[in-house]
Formats: sequence, structure tokens, C-alpha cells
Amino acid sequence: MHFRSRKSRLGGWLVVAGAAATLLSLAVIPTPAQAPAFKAPKTKDGKANLNGIWQANNEANWDIRPHSSYAGPVSSLGAAYSTPAGLGVVEGGEIPYKPEAAAKQKQNFADRMKLDPEIKCYMGGVPRSTYMPYPFQIVQGTGHIMIAYEYAGAVRDINMGAPTKAPADSWMGWSNGHWEGDTLVVDVTSLNDSTWFDRAGNFHSDALHVIERYTPIGPDALQYEATIDDPKVFTRQWKMSMPLYRRLEKNAQLLEYKCVEFAEEVLYGHLRKQPVQGKGDSK
Amino acid sequence: MRHVLSSLIAFAPAALLVSAPVFAQAPVTAKPAPAAKNWTMPRTPDGKPDLQGTYSNATTVPVARPAYLGAKEFYTDEADKVASAAQAPAGRGGGRAAAPRAAAAVVVPEEGGLAVHYDTSQFGLGGPTVKRAASLRTSIITGPEGRVPPMLPEAQKMVAEKRAYQQAHQWDSAQNRPLAERCITWGFEGPPMMPVGYNSTLEIVQGQGYVAIVQEMIHDTRIIPTDGRPHGPSEIKRWMGDSVGHWEGDTLVVETVNYNPQVVIQGGPVSDAAKVTERFTRIDADTITYQFTVDDPKTWTKPFSGEYNMVHIDGPVYEYACHEGNYGMANNLSGARATEKK
Repeated sequence: MHFRSRKSRLGGWLVVAGAAATLLSLAVIPTPAQAPAFKAPKTKDGKANLNGIWQANNEANWDIRPHSSYAGPVSSLGAAYSTPAGLGVVEGGEIPYKPEAAAKQKQNFADRMKLDPEIKCYMGGVPRSTYMPYPFQIVQGTGHIMIAYEYAGAVRDINMGAPTKAPADSWMGWSNGHWEGDTLVVDVTSLNDSTWFDRAGNFHSDALHVIERYTPIGPDALQYEATIDDPKVFTRQWKMSMPLYRRLEKNAQLLEYKCVEFAEEVLYGHLRKQPVQGKGDSK
Repeated sequence: MRHVLSSLIAFAPAALLVSAPVFAQAPVTAKPAPAAKNWTMPRTPDGKPDLQGTYSNATTVPVARPAYLGAKEFYTDEADKVASAAQAPAGRGGGRAAAPRAAAAVVVPEEGGLAVHYDTSQFGLGGPTVKRAASLRTSIITGPEGRVPPMLPEAQKMVAEKRAYQQAHQWDSAQNRPLAERCITWGFEGPPMMPVGYNSTLEIVQGQGYVAIVQEMIHDTRIIPTDGRPHGPSEIKRWMGDSVGHWEGDTLVVETVNYNPQVVIQGGPVSDAAKVTERFTRIDADTITYQFTVDDPKTWTKPFSGEYNMVHIDGPVYEYACHEGNYGMANNLSGARATEKK
């Protein structure tokens, strides 16, 4: 198109020069309509190299939808544990709930202190684990890719061979992956119905099917997309997307957030012997 | 009822406390068996030995050598193994506890507890359904004594005090329960990684500059950098310690320090001076020889070492959602509260 418009205004050999200049400019400066074609560094076996420690840097864990800031559920924690505003990560902003599911989400939010699986240190599921405020690490093996999450020590094993079927439903689901160019595409099935999408009570059923796409968009960033399909809860498929950032600290590493200890009082505190008899065996 | 419940759930830590060390011994760092003939070490794209795959580290070899075998470190063959077991003395410390068998099949309770037969075959979790590497070893702990050395007096005192406290307050709260019952660590993750009662399954994945090991019990991932970086700051303690690795020829050598002080290795408290060294050597298409040395001069009178083979299995590693499904914790505590009211 560019080429043609130039041709109409300029004649003869200038066309050639113009075309060359256009190609050159396209190669160097991306036009707004075109994403820069980032050439992902490759592993020695020629795959896009996703190895690294990654983390989302957004407010999706509070609410994946666009939202204003609001007070947290524990008033004594004041501004420190309230909710920051967020642009949302749901494409189009709306989650297409069926009417009864929309009501359940509102109830989940109202009862979140009792119901949010994060409070109980339950594994985050997919996609929530990706954008919880903790890093995760991709260890890219040849036949399998492992994703280890700091939160709750959750882990996923992505089978890169011929797709296999889940032996049972689980918290982190069953992942079969393949490459589409530089994009790692992961098909996630057999997720249980016990995880949420965020702290706002956005939820799914055990019919959830997630297709994730991890695409390098720069040396230190991936674009993450998750297509959500759950006919029991939503009227149609919908998609969330966000960048993930590499942790660039020289000594970056996944540490432990084995949160069971931090959730025991909330889960079992009412069953304590009263009064408390000294410290526990492992304190 | 309480005892039965607690033994069922807490057999793992109980089993750890069983062996009463008697003899001292020197650490042994024997070389693993030479690689199989007609087999070439497979390599990752960056040229390192390829350890990737799913493995079972289940074994019939006991951690400590049965006393009646003396300094005999290996059986001569399978027939010798059977003949030796037949000669095992009967009774406690003899036949049942000492004869080589699947550690998975029998719970050896703490002193005063009830013996509970945890029939893993009933759940399809163990017994003959589990693939194990063949071994003529008489014990996982290597050397002439074949068992862990004595603990230092201070460490023994710590263990005794903790046990006494635990017995007096075992049902006071969730925090009083053993770590395994709380689904924090199963006690076998290590390092050193030890065979578990059941689900002795692990997966190794190698990425650029890292080796990751997932153990089914309790879905813990140990990510070992092999890029030459030093250990992290000693202020940061971890349940599985702070591991860094390097390659010595075709052997992956991993050193681990900075353990969470609540960790227990072979019944001994882990001090801030603890260092565990592991060596992973693939010796054929199906087998990795795993060797370890535990050096904790504040707990043990001398270092000790062990060795076993892990064998390739088809997998998968299942998701062991221990905490998420820990109904036993609430049930046991509410049972204890109800009993108090009687």
C-alpha cells in the first residue's frame, strides 16, 4: 500500500529507492499497527528460550476485571492491605458469566474471607498462579517443560511429546504443550473446581479448559494469553492477556513460600486446646 | 483410636526416629558402578549428561543395616539375600524390623505406639506394583557399620526434649502435629532424598543452567542452579535447603546448606552447620546412582554417607495435594477436643 502511494506520486527509479527505504524503516521502526517482530533467543535445540524466572506486574490477583481501588477486608490492616486499582487483564473487560454464575461471583466476593483458596494456602491453579504476586520459574527441558511457582510450592509438568490424558482432576491441571513458531502453547485440562481467578471471587467449574500462549516479545518479557472455556459458567469463551517480566536481579532465584504454616491458624485455630499450651513442636 | 489415627497419618516421622545409632563410621564416597557396556551417555542439547525423566527411588534396602549382618555391605546374590533373611533373629530388633523388606509395607511405631500395618498394596500404592532398582546392598547407609553414627549429646538432648514435649502436647493444635501430618514436608525430600513409604516418585528436568527435581511427596520442586553461583545468604533458610550444583565429569554434584532449623535428617536436628553433598550419576538407560554425604558437626559425631539406585519409570508424577486434602488434621483435632469434654 505504501509502495503504491509512492508510485503514484513518484515515478521511475525513485520507486525502487522508495521501496527500499520503506522496507528499511519497517525493519527498524515498527509502525503502530505492527508489533515489532522480536526474534527470540533460542535454546541449543532451536526452540524459543523461555528459561528464566518470570513474574506478572499487575493487579490481576485482586481482580482480573478493570476496577477502582477499595478498602481491604480487614479494616485493622488499613492502607497496607487494601486493593489497588487495576486496568484489568480480561480482553474487553467483561467476563461473560451466565446469570446464576454472576450471582455466585458476587457471593464469593462477599464471603471471600471464608472462601478464597489463596487465604487457605491452596494451590493457585491455572491461570491464577501465573499472575499471583510471586515469581515462577520455567525450566525448559527437552521432552518436558517444568513451571515451578513460588506460591505454595505448586508445580506443573508440561508434556511436550504426544498429548497424554490426565489420570485425574487436579489443582494445577494436566498440561500438554507444543510450539507454534516461538510461542509455547499449552493445553490445560482436568482442573478441579476449587481454584479462583482472583481475590474478587471470579471462578470457574471443573469444566474449565485453558489454552495458554507464552510468546517472547523482548529479551526480558513474555506475552501471556489464556483462553478460558467453561460452558458451565460462561456464555462464551473469553481471553485474558498480560505481559510477564523477567526477574533481572543478578542472583534472582525462586525462594520458598510454603504457606501452610501461615494458614494453619485460620484453618484449624478454632480447634486449638484452650488455653494455648506453649509452643508447637516445630516452633 | 487416637494412636491408630496418629500412627496412620504420622508414620513417616515415626519411621525416621526408629534407628538407634550404635556404631561410628567413616563417610564413604565410593565411585558408582561403572557405566553399562554398549551404552552411551545421552546428553542434553548443551552437552551435559541427560538425567531427565521420571524415576522411582523405592527400594527394599533398609536405611540401616540389620545388626545380625555385621559389616556385610553386600549380599553375594539374590539367593544369599533370601538365605540371610531366613537367618534373621526373631523379635524386636531382629526379624521384623531387621529383615530386608519394603520399608513401605510396615510402620514401625515410636516407642509406646501401636504397630500399624499400612497395607499399601490395598491402595495400589506400593508392594509388588512398584518398580525398584535391583540392589545387593544390605543398607542404604554405606560403610562397615551401615548405619548413622551416634548423635552428639547436645543433639540427643534436643531430640529427647522435643519428643517429651510432643508426647505431652501432641493434640494441642495443628502446630503440635508432625511436619508430615501438617503437609509441610514429608521428611524424605531431603536432601538427602530418601525413599518414601509410598509414591517414591520423582521427575528430573534440565533447563539451561538448572536442574529441577520434583518429588511427588509433597510436590516440592528443588531447582538447582549449575551456573557456578554461590549459595544464597545464610539468613534465608529453606525446607529443602539451598542447593547449588556443578558437573564433575558426568556426575552432577549438588551441595546444600541453609536448612530450615525445623528440618530433621535421619532423626537428627539439622544445625546451621549442616552440609549435604549429593552425587547423581546415570549408569545406564534406566538407572541413576544416587549418593549422599551428610556432614553436620553440631549434630553428628561424624559425617555419614549413603547410596541407592533410582530406576526410570513411565510416570507420571501425580499431584500430591496434601494440604488441600488434609481433612485428617481438622478431624483429629476436633476428636481430641471432643475427648477432653468427656
